[in-house]
Amino acid sequence: MKRLPYVLFALWMLALAASPFLASNYIVKIATFLAMYAALALSWNFIGGYAGYPSFSTAAFFGLGAYSGALMQNAGLWVGAAWVGAAIVTTVFAALLGFAILRMRGHYFAIASIALVEVLMLIASTWAGFTGGGEGLNVKIMPGGPNYIGRVFLYTMLCIMLAAFIATVLVDRGRLGFGLRCIQQNEDAADMVGVDVTRYKTAAFALSAVFCGAIGAAYASWVAYISPVDSFSILLTLKVPVMVLLGGPGTVFGPVIGSAAFVLMEETIWAKFLDYHQAILGVIIVLLIFFLPGGLLRLFSRRGAA
Amino acid sequence: MEYGQVLANGLMLGAIYACIAVGFSLVWGVLNVINMMHGSFIILGGYLTFFAWLHLKVNPFVSLLPVAAVLFALGYLIQYALINRVVTRPVLTTLTLTFGLDMILYNFMNLGFTATPRRIVLDLGRLDLGGVILPLDRVAAMGLALVLTGVLYAVLRTSRTGRAIVAVRMDRDAAALMGIRVNRVYAITFGIGALMAGACGALAAVVFPITTSVTGLFLGKAFVICVIGGLGSVPGALVGGIALGLIESLAGHWLGPQSAILAGFLIMLVLLIVRPTGLVGKKGYE
Repeated sequence: MKRLPYVLFALWMLALAASPFLASNYIVKIATFLAMYAALALSWNFIGGYAGYPSFSTAAFFGLGAYSGALMQNAGLWVGAAWVGAAIVTTVFAALLGFAILRMRGHYFAIASIALVEVLMLIASTWAGFTGGGEGLNVKIMPGGPNYIGRVFLYTMLCIMLAAFIATVLVDRGRLGFGLRCIQQNEDAADMVGVDVTRYKTAAFALSAVFCGAIGAAYASWVAYISPVDSFSILLTLKVPVMVLLGGPGTVFGPVIGSAAFVLMEETIWAKFLDYHQAILGVIIVLLIFFLPGGLLRLFSRRGAA
Repeated sequence: MEYGQVLANGLMLGAIYACIAVGFSLVWGVLNVINMMHGSFIILGGYLTFFAWLHLKVNPFVSLLPVAAVLFALGYLIQYALINRVVTRPVLTTLTLTFGLDMILYNFMNLGFTATPRRIVLDLGRLDLGGVILPLDRVAAMGLALVLTGVLYAVLRTSRTGRAIVAVRMDRDAAALMGIRVNRVYAITFGIGALMAGACGALAAVVFPITTSVTGLFLGKAFVICVIGGLGSVPGALVGGIALGLIESLAGHWLGPQSAILAGFLIMLVLLIVRPTGLVGKKGYE
């Protein structure tokens, strides 16, 4: 019985992986987005779900990954190496920064994490000599034609998603997850009983950055053009936590379910109402907070996932 | 004299910034809610004032009062009907809720008003103080911003409602036991926050071009000012606002206008790390 969700997850991965052989390029693109957002949501879950810190810096990590990946690639590095390099840069950045801003709690942390997105965006648009400024940056288009490129990026995103998922399972079962849950419930008490809160929080923050960085870099290579406003999008930074809240924060499967539900909803409903895109997102948030506070997973299991 | 001008610009900006932040800071301090709609409230106030000026020929300094009243009603309703239900829940919940409400408001403002930058042109002439040039419309906006901030301070200090708001900020439960209707005080506080934002928007429309795409910028400034000045007090917002005005003015002068905003944010991040209670803030307001 306990294995069922894992079997379902494996089937879901297989279905996404099989999409290029069964469906059109449009479906493959949606499958890529499903994998990408699942990985972003799983990443946010480490700091926002397990540790309960209201982090809104997803877009900061994503954008930093996109820019560092693109710059490395343009400097002549092999694509894969650039992605790994971007993940490393983002993780180091998050670990150093987390050390400073994770001492804050509640609103102050939330604000610092949002400000981070703004600061990086302003730097990216001001430092024109290095980042291309407001005009953005072109990235080399991968050779091989659209079908081939579509598959490459689908499998890249799926690999990152799988890695994020495995990391989540390990954290969930291990010491780190236990410590983070203690921090979420009562940080002072956790500190008192000997949880090294600073180290645990920094680890969670860095974990939430590593996959975002890799995804950002892969995304930059995929779309072959990045700009400050797209990379450090305040919408992205809000969407990802909402996905996790939709699925069930602090759980292994919640982020996967939430992001899948969100992306499919976006593609089927929102695509028809382009003018009201943000308003619909707002309404979903309001409904979610009032009527579904524990996320979709709560509907399935009585044990709950709060 | 060059620096005289830079300082004068900074002070004029700073007075308006103080007015921008004071409502935001009040809501944050009393309700413990970060109101992500604050930027949109400012722009809404600005737009209402602009259209009153364009179509009905109402002077913006006159339409300020009805605009502020409309915003108060809107804020009161939003708090009473929606935010009050989740006000005791964790930060993530309340912040995400106001973020979501902001998306709705923003979307409809964008559709209704389009993103064209609009500015009220009053042309009151200007004052020349020994080489320092002060456009009179800006001076008037600055004066009114200071007056509004002062009025809010007086209301909080002396009126019954004001004392109730301060009491709820100090201790919600004790205030409730003394017979204060906390939910009503919350709604009034949020209404005042929106009112100040609306009034500021009216003033801002005289000074800057107003467009929906700067809502985030105004919200960011409110953050920065609260952190620089310290949270939940009128003097804190005043100090923070004027400090940010001067910082931006000087940074703009030395490094160029793009860096002005960046300088504000960087100073905020450093202050958050070094001194999270702000320059004049007290400890104890999480």
